[in-house]
Amino acid sequence: MSAPELKSTITGVANPVNTELPLWKQPDATPFVRIENITKKFDDFTAVDNVSLNIYKKELFCLLGGSGSGKSTLLRMLAGFENPTSGRIIIDGVDMQGIQPWNRPVNMMFQSYALFPHLSVADNVAFGLRRQGANKHDVKKRVAEMLDMVQLGHLGKRKPHQLSGGQRQRVALARSLVKRPKLLLLDEPLGALDKKLREETQFEIMNIQEDLGVTFVVVTHDQEEAMTLATRIGVMNQGLIVQTDEPHDVYEYPNSRFVAEFIGSVNMLEGFVTEDNVDSVRIDSKEAGCTLFVAHGISCAPQQRVHVALRPEKIKMTRIKPTQDENCMKGEIVEIAYMGSLSVFRIRLQSGKEIRVTQPNFARDMGERFTWNEQVFLSWDVDSSVVLTA
Amino acid sequence: MSSLSGNVWLSGFSNWTARIGMFLKFAKNFNWGRFSVISVPYLWLAIFFFIPFLVVFKISLSESAIAVPPYSDLLDFNLEEAYLNIKLNLGNYIYLWEDSFYLDAYLSSIKIAFFSTIFTLIVAFPIAYLIARSDQKYRGILLALVILPFWTSFLLRVYAWVGLLKKQGLVNEVLMSLGIINEPLTMLQTDFAVYIGIVYTYLPFMILPLYSALEKMDISLLEAAEDLGARPIQSFFMVTIPLAMPGIIAGCMLVFIPAVGEYVIPALLGGSDTLMIGRVLWDEFSLNRDWPMASAVATVMLVFLVLPIMLVRNKSGKDEAL
Repeated sequence: MSAPELKSTITGVANPVNTELPLWKQPDATPFVRIENITKKFDDFTAVDNVSLNIYKKELFCLLGGSGSGKSTLLRMLAGFENPTSGRIIIDGVDMQGIQPWNRPVNMMFQSYALFPHLSVADNVAFGLRRQGANKHDVKKRVAEMLDMVQLGHLGKRKPHQLSGGQRQRVALARSLVKRPKLLLLDEPLGALDKKLREETQFEIMNIQEDLGVTFVVVTHDQEEAMTLATRIGVMNQGLIVQTDEPHDVYEYPNSRFVAEFIGSVNMLEGFVTEDNVDSVRIDSKEAGCTLFVAHGISCAPQQRVHVALRPEKIKMTRIKPTQDENCMKGEIVEIAYMGSLSVFRIRLQSGKEIRVTQPNFARDMGERFTWNEQVFLSWDVDSSVVLTA
Repeated sequence: MSSLSGNVWLSGFSNWTARIGMFLKFAKNFNWGRFSVISVPYLWLAIFFFIPFLVVFKISLSESAIAVPPYSDLLDFNLEEAYLNIKLNLGNYIYLWEDSFYLDAYLSSIKIAFFSTIFTLIVAFPIAYLIARSDQKYRGILLALVILPFWTSFLLRVYAWVGLLKKQGLVNEVLMSLGIINEPLTMLQTDFAVYIGIVYTYLPFMILPLYSALEKMDISLLEAAEDLGARPIQSFFMVTIPLAMPGIIAGCMLVFIPAVGEYVIPALLGGSDTLMIGRVLWDEFSLNRDWPMASAVATVMLVFLVLPIMLVRNKSGKDEAL
């Protein structure tokens, strides 16, 4: 069973009446950006390997991956700074082959912001409009509009080096949006900001995107950023897009060990398939010390070696042995980290395997707390884990 | 009365103690290490630039005389009749102004220096740009090649150009053997040869500051310009040139200033009609043995050169403060 089918079997049951499906779920919707079999090679290094991707109008699409995963190269090919070795890119129905960056209906916000240090904030924003040959009055009006939108109307006369990091980021955003691009590319837009500012700016970017209705493609290595910003996430690894899904699905239904481990933290339990039904799998795991029962089917050979991914927050930790025999492991607490909103535990199973469990701190005083070296039972629901064959 | 004077005295005393205390505090907090470091170049400038300049200025206000040294004293002190006579001769400066020869020489020097600075800039910019954009591992070698000519004597290199440019020189022979020209061109002892000499000699002084300005430039700025709709030629004039401006100004200064007073290049490569103030200075000094006149020429040249530099420096200082 493939990943989308898998989801429908689990979530499809209690699906609320959907008024309008998002574009990417409508089978006949026309994609706004079509990336078709794009490959980019630098000498003998393949940065982007035969990637195909559809991005729809008004999406905020995140390309998520570690360094060297090819996400930035893909973005630069959309902007026109790199030419694909093979394949083609179609933006709003126009093949971008041979179209220079200055002629593309695309603007980019650079990771370093790339603000012109010799120009004032207002002149930076006006740069693109002036290249279009817009008249003075229009330029002035539009620049004022954009600066007001990013709440920098009063700083138009300053030079970039007189601004704080957050202000520079907003100037860069205003500058990249001033020409009303059809597609806005953002390269690590929040990378240079501190955590607090990053959270504020995330929501600001989302609001601006909704107001203007521009299609955004964001490149980031920060999975939290991708989760909050994106309508869909494309997870990249070694030049390939390994999974494209909505943030919720990428987290809950990763299609491979790479995705599961890249996004959030996860426990991986190795085992052999003993029973493979249409809607369930039974797995024998020496590591876990019990039988794992997962309530979705997989397509696999009998006795195949698989991994079961289990998120730390989905595990119940108890002192008393739960009634179930399956999905129940026994271990000893070896480490506790109190994080304020939640606590993180590391539990060593009898097999020596260590399991990460997080528990929300519901109350200030939770009665008898778990302590070090305590024997505990770990259990979870049959639909909390995912079997991964890849 | 007495108490009053006592108070005055006391207050005067306490005032003084306070002043001494302040001075001691100042002396204690004063950063002597920093002072001594900064004072070294200032001392150097004072001893080897400012004092010699004052000497030259002093000589320029004296009269030429057949003596050793060949100029009159400014001060005439007579002990017996008890008078001090200060005699400042402004005649040299008036003569400079009245004889159009000197003004012509100044203007001609500035003209030659100005155009050779522009030619040097045009030649140096692509070289500096290429070095700044080349692979990190080749930059050191390329920069070393730029500086390499300094390892030979400047005089020798200018002489080499004589060999290249003369009637039977390499350039003429190559051009004739290729059939481009039928008879040798007169290149030596023309302004053309002077321009070649200056551009060639001062090229490294232009390349190095340009390189350091261009090397600092973030490539993504050019990409941003293109992304916002600027063609490469537009991004060059609207982004690269403004950002290279500190380098351009520094390079132009380093070429223009010595080129104005250049003596060796016009003497070796220039013709008799190549009028440059450096040669005039030399002629006044050694042929006419008119030290006061030569000093006046030198003083005016310095004023000509220092004023524009101070203006530029003042402006760039303000820009940075903004």
